[in-house]
Amino acid sequence: MKRTIYELSESVRIAFSQIYANKLRSALTALGVIIGIVAVTLMGTAILGIDAGVERSLAGFGDDVLYVTKWPWRDTSDWWNYRNRREVDPAYANAVNNWIAENPDGPLKLAVPAAGWNGNVRRGEYNVRNIQIVGTSADLARIVRSDMKDGRFFTDIEGRAGRNVVVIGFDVADALFPHESPIGKTVRLSNQQFTVVGVAARQGSFLGLFSWDSVVIIPLPAFTRLYPMRWADPHVRVQVDVTRMEQAKDDIRGIMRRVRQLGPEKKDDFEINSQQIIREQLDPIKKGIAGAGLFITGLALFVGAIGIMNITYVSVKERTKEIGTRKALGARRRTILLQFLVEAVSICLIGGVGGLTTAWLLSLVVGVVAPAFPLVFSLGLVLTGLVISVLTGVFSGFAPAWQASKLDPVVALRYE
Amino acid sequence: MIPPSPPALASRPRVARPPGALVIEIEGVTKLYKMGAEIIHALRGVNLKIHRNEYLAIMGPSGSGKSTLMNMLGCLDTPTAGRYEFSQKNVATMVDDELAEIRNHEIGFVFQTFNLLPRSNALHNVELPLIYAGLGRTERLEKARQALANVGLGERMYHRPNELSGGQRQRVAIARALVNSPSIILADEPTGNLDSKTGEEIMELFEQLYDQGNTIIVVTHEEDIARHARRIVRLRDGLIESDAPAA
Repeated sequence: MKRTIYELSESVRIAFSQIYANKLRSALTALGVIIGIVAVTLMGTAILGIDAGVERSLAGFGDDVLYVTKWPWRDTSDWWNYRNRREVDPAYANAVNNWIAENPDGPLKLAVPAAGWNGNVRRGEYNVRNIQIVGTSADLARIVRSDMKDGRFFTDIEGRAGRNVVVIGFDVADALFPHESPIGKTVRLSNQQFTVVGVAARQGSFLGLFSWDSVVIIPLPAFTRLYPMRWADPHVRVQVDVTRMEQAKDDIRGIMRRVRQLGPEKKDDFEINSQQIIREQLDPIKKGIAGAGLFITGLALFVGAIGIMNITYVSVKERTKEIGTRKALGARRRTILLQFLVEAVSICLIGGVGGLTTAWLLSLVVGVVAPAFPLVFSLGLVLTGLVISVLTGVFSGFAPAWQASKLDPVVALRYE
Repeated sequence: MIPPSPPALASRPRVARPPGALVIEIEGVTKLYKMGAEIIHALRGVNLKIHRNEYLAIMGPSGSGKSTLMNMLGCLDTPTAGRYEFSQKNVATMVDDELAEIRNHEIGFVFQTFNLLPRSNALHNVELPLIYAGLGRTERLEKARQALANVGLGERMYHRPNELSGGQRQRVAIARALVNSPSIILADEPTGNLDSKTGEEIMELFEQLYDQGNTIIVVTHEEDIARHARRIVRLRDGLIESDAPAA
């Protein structure tokens, strides 16, 4: 054990003096690993970034919210079975809220009616086309994870009365009011004047996924006056206790069946969706991107590994006589094996550190140039990068090191 | 620092110390090499006994099997057939790592080309066998310093081989051979790369080492060098031609 430690420290010493003695050669070899590690880490950063972007987008909805809708969110091949279902009346939210009042200890917390329509918002010559207009109650502010940048959400009274007030997203505010505060100004929705009462704080958007930044929110009665409810995906959002998700689904199901007066023999004619479904749908896409990306970047690393293998073979060849001498002095096979492995791993580690530094700098540059793309450079990624470097070194150094360890000392000593 | 020049050899009495315990026993050893389709009989049945306190020269023209015998004695190679015991241990059937162990503990090599690590200083070169023996750093450095002082290089411990003369390099190599207190010192043409004066100095150093109780085997083709030994073994065509005390 002690001997192995001494031999290891000797190997590290030799490795670094060897690398130092062949600076240019080592640098060029390490470059292969640097490129590989940069490629792999940036890919890893991008994958983590996609993950974070999806999570951020989903969190905007509130991740403890269940959606009672007509259509299921998951892919269906039998859409005709759902087409003839009755609409989900946003007013069901009242029934759910009544149930919550009766069962304060139940898993349900708050129900909010909602509907959405893609429409245009105008202000003078400024126009924002085809953005999501959400009609809902004042309670929505209590279940979404979004703060107000300016102003306030509309009040319960404004919501019930269907007053023409609107809360706009950050990007909408930016587009319509580039040089002034929107609060108290009016915008036009479908030729009706709405007074802006609040601007939501910036959330950031990613890959076109949902973001409150490009949404406007108006009271549901006002929404009903402007847009055809039947085509506006009317639904109920229910905030629940996430630790009792299944019970929450059962309770909602019970309430819904009761208000829709479904007999015991009838199947549900509504869906209870959670964000889990969106995650499940995005998962294969994310995995596909990750798999393809890591395969391609892995090739870069593989090329780097071949470079290391090559240089280690050269090193073994050059130092055949030294290997013979060391063997004559009592170096065992594993001593020699260790020596060359440590050398290969050292170059790889140098490459790995260089690669991680480069990738980190690049991610900083991307952060400045394209802040919308959520690059995530984590400690885990650094550790993974270093582990990959070491594994690359072991992988590429093993064959030449094994060959060195097996050299016949008589032959090696005679080598010129 | 140049070590004090030794007194002329002729003036020194060449005393042969009484042989000690048996170190090496070789019986009926043969070695075959395949060179393509051809089989070369490098050794054809060699018997040899070497005791502690001996100073032995192995001589022979090239192709006599001299190098093969030296590799065998140095446990760098194993015989094709025959018996080889080193301190009562059967070497003939040992595997690589067991042989490495024997080389590390029992044999000190001195090469014609010195074989020092070019990028390491003298001290580290001498320390190397002790690393393989698993000694701690303090003990290693102490022993290595002592060994270098013994060969008159106490002042040059931190010099690299390229900063030393040929004779000094060979002294470093000898210190390296001695540092682990081996049973035998095996020197292969130790003066082959040195001028005759430096060569004489090295042979004088061997003389001192012999006086200090070391067992020395020198492989050479030079009569002048072999004359320093107390016993000369001559090989020809893979067989021992003669084995006699030096004249």
